[in-house]
Formats: sequence, structure tokens, C-alpha cells
Amino acid sequence: MPTGTSPALTTPVPGALNNERARELAAQFPLLQRSVMDQPLVYLDSGATSQRPQSVLDAEFDFLRSSYSAVHRGAHTVAVEATDAFEQARETVANFVGAGPREIVWTSNATEAINLITYAFSNASAGSNGAGEASQQFRLGPGDQIVVTESEHHANLVPWQELCARTGAELRWIPVDDHGVLDLPAVDSVITEQTRVVSFTHVSNVTGAVNDVAALVDAARKVGAFTVLDACQSVPHLPVNFHELGVDFAAFSGHKMLGPTGIGALYGRAELLDVLPTFLTGGSMITSVTMERSEYLPAPTRFEAGTQRISQAVALAEAVRFLDAVGMENVATWESELGQRLAAGVAQLPGIRLIGPQPGVDRVGLASVVVEGVHAHDVGQLLDVAGVAVRVGHHCAQPLHRRLGVTATTRASTYLYNTTDDVDRLLNELAGVRRYFRLED
Amino acid sequence: MSALDQMYQDVILDHSKRRIGEGLAGADATLLPGESAAGTHHEFNPTCGDQILVRVGLDGDTVTSLTWQGDGCSISMAAASVLAEMAPQTDVHTLRRQIDGFREMLRSRGTAEPDEELLGDGVAFAGVAKFVARVKCAALAWVATEAALMQAGVERE
Repeated sequence: MPTGTSPALTTPVPGALNNERARELAAQFPLLQRSVMDQPLVYLDSGATSQRPQSVLDAEFDFLRSSYSAVHRGAHTVAVEATDAFEQARETVANFVGAGPREIVWTSNATEAINLITYAFSNASAGSNGAGEASQQFRLGPGDQIVVTESEHHANLVPWQELCARTGAELRWIPVDDHGVLDLPAVDSVITEQTRVVSFTHVSNVTGAVNDVAALVDAARKVGAFTVLDACQSVPHLPVNFHELGVDFAAFSGHKMLGPTGIGALYGRAELLDVLPTFLTGGSMITSVTMERSEYLPAPTRFEAGTQRISQAVALAEAVRFLDAVGMENVATWESELGQRLAAGVAQLPGIRLIGPQPGVDRVGLASVVVEGVHAHDVGQLLDVAGVAVRVGHHCAQPLHRRLGVTATTRASTYLYNTTDDVDRLLNELAGVRRYFRLED
Repeated sequence: MSALDQMYQDVILDHSKRRIGEGLAGADATLLPGESAAGTHHEFNPTCGDQILVRVGLDGDTVTSLTWQGDGCSISMAAASVLAEMAPQTDVHTLRRQIDGFREMLRSRGTAEPDEELLGDGVAFAGVAKFVARVKCAALAWVATEAALMQAGVERE
């Protein structure tokens, strides 16, 4: 099929990442070649969204020019090619995260994936949309408990709040310590025999901490609770294998892993997905429809109502090929080095407080800081005029910020295309912020 | 002067620390001695979490006090402070015109010549207009004041 990279591009070769290799990779990202305020752009906001290499941009465009059509319907040649590309993309992405292809449901983004799960539980609880007796296991009601953590992104908190409001279940949470890191000893008192779901993030989008998935899965299994993993910040940056992690469900998004916006995925263990009640219903997900009732296809198609994000899926698969070619172990090792350099550098700056794991403790290439006496928006403004792009605000985690006693933080997040020079430029600019605002001489 | 220094004028950096009017004169619109009307309004910017509660006290058509409690960036805090310094003993209709003029200046993307006679120290925020992402910060307290005036029964002219 005529999809794939254009011949002028070099495919990344495996090998440990270093500054030289990171610069070679960055050269393949058109946006990273631009300048901001007459200075070369230092992009340290990949935790919000990552940039896309030329091969990913080309893959989507090439597909649209050659094989684009509706999928799973129509018998013409182009429709068959499009369906093949769409399903091959699912297989590529499934392999990447250690899942079977039938265990990956396309969604618009991770937020929709988590909403899919919560609405499926809700529908089971309301007695509708079920797949027979087996769907009863997803019923929730008063007396049941759902456990999240205090460090969740709103996307893994608000849908559970709403599910509790609809079903009468109680929402509980695992607290964080003064650095914003999960207080694991508290888990035993938060997860109880009444706990039915434990939903937590793999890597915090605010602190960069890597949570102990095995410990939380064990605690949930002991009481027979389902586990849901927010893998938005882990799948792009670490080798992730959902089967090995043993979680029941997981969510991640394409645009944080070199892919397009508008596509994400829900992972679900095959035996659960097939009996999980549906969320969005309509065309494409049915077997037979009468005026009175309908029957549904097996997973994953039963969760994919309506025309799907076809070219986005194809492009996401190309992003996965790019990541595979670099090697996720290499990505993780390099970003750990960048993360430690960030953390250690920040810790040495007077008047700046590092949120999350302290230097030397495991983290990804992401760090949030509080510049004492200067609001994060003002920090971000000074960095922007220096060409350094970071995220400022609450990063969709208001409860965590409230717990840490701040309304907003400044967050830098790396990816495989960042170098130690990028980190140093950020640290250099951060060092001058308090002086600009006349808090230091 | 760089665009950055044009935004972070001395007036703004000073006011972001001095914070004139910080500390509410009253918890709500309950009248204090010497007031014939009062209003409060809470304004919140969900994108950054900045917030402000403004209380305006009036004696007839004269603003007797403008006090506030808030949390936010230097631009939003300085804008509240500048307004709180200007407002007392001002005629409410003048204050309204000042708020309208301030808004117009911020929306101009830096093209309008700010009216210093009307806006006083408020013209220091003209440089903010070039940074579209920060316009809401500067407007926060002024928009809250407009709503508080409405609550105090001040009608639009």
C-alpha cells in the first residue's frame, strides 16, 4: 500500500540517545526548526502536546492522497485499502503497548477513553446496554467505592465524580505527601473491601513521578477491584506493556506521542471489553437492528460508533514506528537523564521550589517548579521571550496544586528531541526571573 | 524598551507588590457606615486559576471605597491595585467610563493611543495589549468591578 514515509527521510536507527542523536531526531521535526522572538525555539511543553516528525505528517497526507475512504463498509478497492490501513494501525499501536489488537478501542483522546469506561459502568448500573449476565460485574451503587489519587489530571477525576453522582458510589482518594508524591502507606486504609475501581495515573503530569503500578494493582486485586491506568504520560516516554502491568483498563492519547490530535485509545482486557456495556451507540457498531432493539458487534468495534478517525489512526501508527525505531528503552533512559538534570538544576536555584520527586529519585523528563514570589504566568512570559516554551497554570490538576498550597506552577517537559542544552537554557532563564521581578539583587 | 519591559512597566511591578486596596472592607454588600449602596463580585479565570473578589462602596454617585482580595499574576494584581488607588472619591459614571476605556485599550492589540487623562496610571497596561494571552489578567479586577457596580444598582448610562 502506498502509505509510509517519503524516501528523503532517514528512519531513526536504534542506539542510546545523546545530544548528538537528539539533535538528529529534532532535525526531522519541522516545527522545531522555527524561532520564537528571534531566538531558536526550545520546546519544553511535550507533556501538553508533542511535535510531529515529517514522517508522521507525510503518513497522514500520503494516506489521504492514496487510500482514504470509509472503513468497514463498502466493497470497493479504496474502501478495502482504507480498512486494512485502519486495522493495521490498531495492530501496530496494540503491539506497542503490549496488548492484543482486539483490546485497543479508538477514541478521540484519553479523556474520551476514561469517559467511555465510566459511562459503561453507569450503563451497567442503570441496567441497560448490557451484554448479558456478565455485564452485572460492572454495576455500581450506594455502598460501593471508587478510588483515585489526589494527583490525578482532571480527566481521571471528574468522570469518576460524575459516575459517583449517577450511581451513589463513594469517591475516595489516595493522598499525596508535601512534594505531591503518592503516599503509598495510606493505600491500605483507602482501598477497602467496598472498593470496586481503582483508577490512577502511571506518571504524574505535574510532578513527573512514576507511580508503583504493581503495588496499586496488587492492592486492588486483593479486594477484587478493577484497575484503570491513566497512561497519557507513560506510553509516550517509557516502555509500557499493559499485559505485564496487569491493569484491567488504560487510556492514552496520540498527540502526546508524536501523533495527531483527535485520536486516543482505550485498552481493556479482552474478556472485560467483550462484556462491558456500550457507551456511544449508532452506526458501525451493530450486528442487527430492528425498530425495537439492536445487537452489537464484539469489541473493539462495539465501542466505535460512527465514522472513525481514519487518517489519524494511520498517522498514529507511523508515530509508533518512529518511536519503535528509536527504541523506547533509549527514550526512557535519555529522558530520565534530562529529568534528573532539570531537577538537580532547579534544586540549586535560590527561591525556586521543585515539586515532586527530589533530585536522584526516579522521574521522567518533566519538572514543575514554583518561583517564590512570582506567579507562574509571569515566569512563563519571561521564558517565552527567551524562546523557551513551557506550560504554566494548574495543568488540569487543581486538587494537587491546592494540596501543595499553590494556584499555579511552571512546568517543563521533555521528549526524545530535547538536549541537555535545552534544559540548561531553561535553567539559565529561570535563574534570572526573581531578579527581573526585583526579588533579588 | 523591549516589548517585555513595555508590559512590565515600573508602575505595574510596583503595584503588584504594593497592592493598594487589598483586604476587603466588608465580607459582602452589607452597607458600612457612610455607604448608600455597595456591591461585590467574584471573578475567576479558569485557564490559569487567577481569581479576585472586589467590593465597591458608594455614597450617592461617589465611590467611597474599592477593596479586593485575590490571587494571581503580577499583571492581574497590579491592575486591581491601580484601580483601587484611582476609584475612591471618583464619580461612578466616570469610573464606568474608565472601565470602558481600559477594556478598549486592552482589546486594541496595541493600536489605540491610550487616554491618559481618563485612565491615569491605567495607561501603564497599554503594553499588555500586545500580549493577547495576558489581556484577561489585566481585565480581571476591572470586569469584577463593573459587575460589583451593577450589583450596587449602578445602571448603564
